[in-house]
Amino acid sequence: MDIFVVGLSHKTAPVSIRETVAFAPEHIGTALAQLKQIPCIAEVVVVSTCNRVEIYAAADQGAQGIEAVRGFLARYHNLDAEQLNKHLYAHQGDAAVRHMFRVAASLDSMVIGEPQILGQIKDAYAYAVEHQSVGLIMNRFLHKAFSVAKRVRTETNIAGNAVSVAFAAVELARKIFDTIEGKTVMLLGAGEMCELAARHFVNNGVKEVLVANRTFARAEALAQEFCGRAVLFNNFADHLHQVDIVLSSTGATNFIIHPEEVQQALRQRKQKPMFFIDIAVPRDIDPRVNNVGNVYLYDVDDLQGVVSANIDERQKEAVAAEAIIEQELLQFNSWVNSLEVVPTIVALRQKMERMRRREVEKTLGQIKNLDEQGRKAVEAMSQALVNKILHQPTAGLKRAQKDAAAQPYVDALQELFELEIEPPEQGEMKQMDLD
Amino acid sequence: MSILLYKVALLMYAAVTLLSLVAVVRNRKNDRSRSRLFLLLAFGVHTITLTVRYFEAGYTPVTNLHESLSFFAWALAGVFMLIDLQMRMQVMAAVTSTIVTVFMLFGSLMPMQTQDLNPALDSFWLPVHVGLAFMGNAVFTVAFVAAILYLIQERMLKSKKFSALHYRLPSLETLDRVNYRCLKFGFPLMTMGIISGAVWAESAWGTYWSWDPKESWALITWFLYAALLHGRLTVGWRGRRAAIFAIIGFCFLLFTFLGVNLLLPGLHSYSTMAG
Repeated sequence: MDIFVVGLSHKTAPVSIRETVAFAPEHIGTALAQLKQIPCIAEVVVVSTCNRVEIYAAADQGAQGIEAVRGFLARYHNLDAEQLNKHLYAHQGDAAVRHMFRVAASLDSMVIGEPQILGQIKDAYAYAVEHQSVGLIMNRFLHKAFSVAKRVRTETNIAGNAVSVAFAAVELARKIFDTIEGKTVMLLGAGEMCELAARHFVNNGVKEVLVANRTFARAEALAQEFCGRAVLFNNFADHLHQVDIVLSSTGATNFIIHPEEVQQALRQRKQKPMFFIDIAVPRDIDPRVNNVGNVYLYDVDDLQGVVSANIDERQKEAVAAEAIIEQELLQFNSWVNSLEVVPTIVALRQKMERMRRREVEKTLGQIKNLDEQGRKAVEAMSQALVNKILHQPTAGLKRAQKDAAAQPYVDALQELFELEIEPPEQGEMKQMDLD
Repeated sequence: MSILLYKVALLMYAAVTLLSLVAVVRNRKNDRSRSRLFLLLAFGVHTITLTVRYFEAGYTPVTNLHESLSFFAWALAGVFMLIDLQMRMQVMAAVTSTIVTVFMLFGSLMPMQTQDLNPALDSFWLPVHVGLAFMGNAVFTVAFVAAILYLIQERMLKSKKFSALHYRLPSLETLDRVNYRCLKFGFPLMTMGIISGAVWAESAWGTYWSWDPKESWALITWFLYAALLHGRLTVGWRGRRAAIFAIIGFCFLLFTFLGVNLLLPGLHSYSTMAG
């Protein structure tokens, strides 16, 4: 049984293609049903998000399955197959499994480490379960992907640092104040960006929000939203010493906060640190404010710089994540191979046992005057012979099970000994995991 | 026996240093707990070392330079672990265990044999005076490490150029809090260390204060930390200024501890290289 994937993502297709190939949630059921109709496909899952459309499936022959799915995608969406193929990628075996693990762990995402994709894959799996398009292999495969993603998240710092400007501001505040809980924030101006950043701060436990805006009514409305209080715009400097964090995005054309006011405020608050975030363009806060002791001023460009530093940091963590994925890939392969190896060994042993029994009976029937001891000796000798002969090939197969090398042996054994393999049931497979 | 144990403790501290550096670079939880466990083990072995030496020598082993360095390293490791219980800071663990290892290494280069106790030191005040003074020193050393890290983190936040260290260092407020907390505990310890020394001097030499170099330098150091504590409590010194003070204070402290013994002969010269 081969696992394969056919799909496209933000890396291979522009949004204009992605949107035509995407499956709306209400259409995934039909798609799954049609895919199940394809004879060579045994199990299938459809993942469809705004950044990727991927069809994961298990088939007897991977190559055949891939062609079938390519054809299906073009047919289903009424697209020119040749045009579509330019954007499609296809992997099978190890490459397909690795691809799924990387996608689930958010290594293939537009922004590395962003967690949404895992939820989207879980949804895709839920649809597949609902429409009964998954079985033994895909169940195991998807669950493995979820656990890999979880391991990557807990063992690496891949989702550790903020990749949006608003979140980066919250994280910086944490590097200055340790915790934002109990801090006070002042909002100057009521821009959308400012509001978003303020919301992040409030969600992270800010105690009080002060809002100052040129239109007092707007300030009051916003203050109400954050359970804060509005202050007169002309008086905001008088409140500076009460706040730890200042978020500024007014439409002012000149600086509205200068080092002098900040120094004054700092004296009043006994040098307790202050964090100024200036997201206005043109800037609201004189850059010299950053030179005041215990004061940290970040403008939009600074925050953008922090974000790109954070992305670099995630990239470094991705290396560790790839190592985890390779490890898990080996484990999963071992399981997939055991699907074929274990039943083959069982069938081989059963066949040998049948042959042995037949021959022993024949021999014992021919020698009439054999005592009990002699009979036992013949029995034991035949058993020992079978065990000795089978010992090495069995051990070799179990070794090969750990990597992809098992398949040719399995095929050869099945062919040469004319073995008939019963596909294992789900319950049986659980037992096989144990060793 | 105690010398062999000492060498084992030294090797274990070296291992801790290595592990904690790895933990900083890789930033993994497993590494962090492993380095923490090893520090506890090394500290345990070191505690046994000091106990064994106490019984071998028959006096509190703080009478020559080797013993002083060993005791100081032990106090530093202990104080750090206490602080680490409350605020887990891997970078601090790495720097502190490096300092501990350096002091232990330095101590292993000194003559290590036990000797007959100088009669002048045969007093109940020996463990009290030296114990208090060294505990105070250890606490201020932790403050020094926090101060260095504060300045590094502050520099990065001000200049907005982040190295990998930025992500691993604690927040400014945390580092400043370590500085303050150490000052609150270190200052009384140091004060009591000096007072107990004066009381002992009175009973041994007949005078509370004789202006020998160790006493003078200790007093200067004490005034520095007193100034910092005063500044913190009254005018709200904090952050960068407090960090710089903690660093200067530590330089004086180090000179009082080691420099005076090695460079300036005086009444406290029991603990020179010769022992």
